[in-house]
Amino acid sequence: MNALEIAADVRAGELSAVAAVDDALEAIARRNEELNVFVHVDREGARARAAEIDERVARGEDPGPLAGVPVGLKDNLCQTGVPTTCGSRILAGWRPPYSATAVERLLGAGAIPVGKTNMDEFAMGSSTETSAYGPTRNPVAPDRVPGGSSGGSAAAVAAAMVPVALGSDTGGSIRQPAALCGLVGIKPTYGLVSRYGLVAFASSLDQIGPLARTVAEAATCLEVIAGHDPRDSTSLPEPAPDLRGHLDDGVAGRRVGLIRELVEGADPEVVAATRAAADALSAAGARVIELSIPELRLGLSAYYLIAPAEASSNLARYDGVRYGLRVDADDVTAMNVATRTAGFGAEVKRRIMLGTYALSAGYYDAYYGQALKVRTVMIEAFARAYEQVDTLLGATAPTEAFALGAKVADPMAMYLSDVFTIPTNLSGHAAISVPFGRGATGLPLGVQLLGPARSETRLVSAAAVLEAGREEA
Amino acid sequence: MSDLTRDEVAHVAHLARLRLSDEELDRFTGQLAQVLDHANDLRALDLSNVAPTAHPVDLGTVLRRDEVSAGLGRDAVLASAPAAEDGRFAVPRVLGDEP
Amino acid sequence: MRDGWEMVIGLEVHTELLTASKLFCGCANAFGAEPNTQVCPVCLGLPGSLPVLNERAVELAVAIGLALHCTVAPSTFHRKNYFYPDMPKDFQISQYDLPINAGGYLDLSDGTRVTIERAHLEEDTGKSTHLGGTGRLHDAERSLVDYNRAGVPLVEIVSGPDIRSPEQARRYAAELRAVLVATGASDGRMEEGSMRVDANVSVRRPGEPLGTRCEIKNLNSLRSLQRAVAYEADRQVALLEDGGRVRQETRHWDDGLGQTSTMRVKEEAEDYRYFREPDLTELVPSEAMVARVRAALGPMPAERRAALTALLGDAEATGDVLDTVIQGGLDAFVRAAIEEGIDAGLALARAANELGDAQGAGRLDVPAFVEVLARESAGRLSATQAKTVLGDLARAGGTADDAIAARGFVPMSSEALGAVVATVIGEHPGEWSRYVAGEDKLAQFFIGHVMKATHGQANGQAVVAELETRR
Repeated sequence: MNALEIAADVRAGELSAVAAVDDALEAIARRNEELNVFVHVDREGARARAAEIDERVARGEDPGPLAGVPVGLKDNLCQTGVPTTCGSRILAGWRPPYSATAVERLLGAGAIPVGKTNMDEFAMGSSTETSAYGPTRNPVAPDRVPGGSSGGSAAAVAAAMVPVALGSDTGGSIRQPAALCGLVGIKPTYGLVSRYGLVAFASSLDQIGPLARTVAEAATCLEVIAGHDPRDSTSLPEPAPDLRGHLDDGVAGRRVGLIRELVEGADPEVVAATRAAADALSAAGARVIELSIPELRLGLSAYYLIAPAEASSNLARYDGVRYGLRVDADDVTAMNVATRTAGFGAEVKRRIMLGTYALSAGYYDAYYGQALKVRTVMIEAFARAYEQVDTLLGATAPTEAFALGAKVADPMAMYLSDVFTIPTNLSGHAAISVPFGRGATGLPLGVQLLGPARSETRLVSAAAVLEAGREEA
Repeated sequence: MSDLTRDEVAHVAHLARLRLSDEELDRFTGQLAQVLDHANDLRALDLSNVAPTAHPVDLGTVLRRDEVSAGLGRDAVLASAPAAEDGRFAVPRVLGDEP
Repeated sequence: MRDGWEMVIGLEVHTELLTASKLFCGCANAFGAEPNTQVCPVCLGLPGSLPVLNERAVELAVAIGLALHCTVAPSTFHRKNYFYPDMPKDFQISQYDLPINAGGYLDLSDGTRVTIERAHLEEDTGKSTHLGGTGRLHDAERSLVDYNRAGVPLVEIVSGPDIRSPEQARRYAAELRAVLVATGASDGRMEEGSMRVDANVSVRRPGEPLGTRCEIKNLNSLRSLQRAVAYEADRQVALLEDGGRVRQETRHWDDGLGQTSTMRVKEEAEDYRYFREPDLTELVPSEAMVARVRAALGPMPAERRAALTALLGDAEATGDVLDTVIQGGLDAFVRAAIEEGIDAGLALARAANELGDAQGAGRLDVPAFVEVLARESAGRLSATQAKTVLGDLARAGGTADDAIAARGFVPMSSEALGAVVATVIGEHPGEWSRYVAGEDKLAQFFIGHVMKATHGQANGQAVVAELETRR
């Protein structure tokens, strides 16, 4: 059931929130063992909240725009008292004593978190295979990965366990799994959604965003969680934008750039789907031109220095002193080493090593410092493109969902699956992935619409056009 | 090819408080070298006149008022501690003073 | 210092700021609470927490910068990465290449100008208590960590290598402390750790390049600072004269043993992997804020010293007494006393010795101070009585009348004094005959015995007068 229908029915008293939550819990029970989507299900908490929502409706109150809607939370979002592991052994058993701002806002809008979804460890991965709690399978094709790192959130929606889920996107971690699972995923403008309570991977790149089956559901969810938060210094000062009011704006007269670098090297079906999406936008009245932004090719290398550098510092705190895993040793340094060695998986270690190296004396200027300059170059290149067009179009991922295990042994191959999504994170801009077309084996593909900072209203209206075009196709 | 050495990887592991087996050390050296090879595309660029961007948004100075707000109760704080004693977090002996 | 050597000293002073809340969160910034009761997700560095900068801490940092003649400039925060259990995030948020204050100076009363390289904002760490074992080395030792102090705002003030003697190091630290207190940024309490001093010491032959320096930690008082710097410079000179080399290292001052010892050898430069703190924006103090802080700054010690010196006219006081008065914030007392016609020397002496380093003015107010000194000048209180009363007033406050009455200090009648003097003369016939014969300095001998007999209530001048009438 669609989130908006659930909320409308719950608010009207025609559906009980408890029933909506029980449906979700049942759907989870049916397939969670097979797919490994939720790493923790908060049955009691969810049912208690649902009962509260029903009582409020009975008293004539309006619990909000997501009243009674079951939601999944990526396991890097803190919710008071609910285990939060980030897919890592090192945080096994940790229950945060506070909630993320985005989670508080969902609760304030009447939504009901039903549990925490699986993810690549500390969001480092593109397949949800680096989780310490085992890989998640793609509900559309269980021998395939769901993408990552928000693979659990994508799978939860794709398997109809919940209508919407929150993920986080540092280099494509919402959009790529959305594409691989046939969903809509939004990476908001940096600062639109507060990061307070999102366990940091790379602080200058991380953003929380929604995954849903439709543009309208994703837009509604984003409206709820967006808007200034005084607890996040990098939060944009303005309130949440009106997105629902712009879903039907269309794209007539809009200038769209089909970006060569955001399709090159992709599977032929992916290229074809992106061209078909361009045609759909043209048919709806947009003026589509082909553009090249060669600087975007630098994104992957810059990202794999900047993100690990920030991560190496953000993940230093997992030292066995205050929370999470501790492996005992004779002195505190040995304890730190034993704890971190046992607590982190190989991919996390690899990135910590890479980031530590990029920041270390003698290499900072050559690697990290140079990557920051490349970031400037890319932002300037984007700015030039946005003088010519309003919106950019490209593929979300270069392939359809790949087989479990296919890229585990080859980090570089795995990193390349983020090549089209990374540039938006480096620029802090907004992007949305919309399902469009099918891959060689019939699996869903996604295309990406990109806009400058604060362009979410335009992106959702263009995405709605593609959504309609897909249904017609 | 990147000039990353096994010794450098071992030194970085030390800085990052990680212990790598010999096998891991070999594997990581190869894998990190591969990523750094890609990064060498960046090193080749002349960006001497380009300012670095550490952060995607420029929000100006962000300040909060100097007001006290309630923190966490001590029980909540220590509930997640691997070891606690006397209202404090307990750790094995510390070798050497703080830098 | 041995001939032919020069010592080069630079000081790094950390001061906690007197804010209500911590640097990046709303937890209380207060000394002495129960462990781990002033903590929240932010200052504990819990996963997902984020820092937000305290406006008052910025204002106090600006105040320090202005008081030290620094340029207040657009600045940024960096992360200084290293592992230590006191540090909840295993990095410290500090300022690196762009500090909020740079390029200032502090003038000392001896005429030296010490440059201030920078005065930047950073967060404090928690506090560890190290517990010993069962007696065997390395057995069962452990540490307990309290994070109440983690995130308390600090300003680190780094001097240039301009200091040339242990006395001057002490003088600089004392003057800086007075400046910090005068800005309202700090209480300057070294014993509580709210002001902490590290000294970088090297030695060289005059005119030669700088020698290898050692950093000395654990200097908990001005006296320790002076002793430690003197010890360390001697150690380095002895080493060099024996043909040895100074190793760059961090050394620990042991106040009991009176020596420094190796704490950590800096074989290679520490690799802190500084980079911009991505969770904070730029810090650009607005012109309005700087103007507001500047307007609120009272007179600094140098200005107050000049004003008092002008009032004193001819040099009545040595630099040290004047420093004590100014640095103790006692100049208002001295000025009021002088304006009431009290001898400047007496006013300076009483202020410096009774209210100086030891305890400060406490609860004593200016009118009570002036009244006590007026009575002493008029011979209605002995010197001993005046000192006692000043001590009482500093502790308990109140009026001079009440404090004097409480002690029962009434002037001795000349009859009573005469009787005591006669008794003392009778007990010391030998000294008396020498005094009568012209040995004037024996007056002090008799005054001492009379004071003892009267428990300090006699007035010294009155005793001399009694002696003269009998001579």
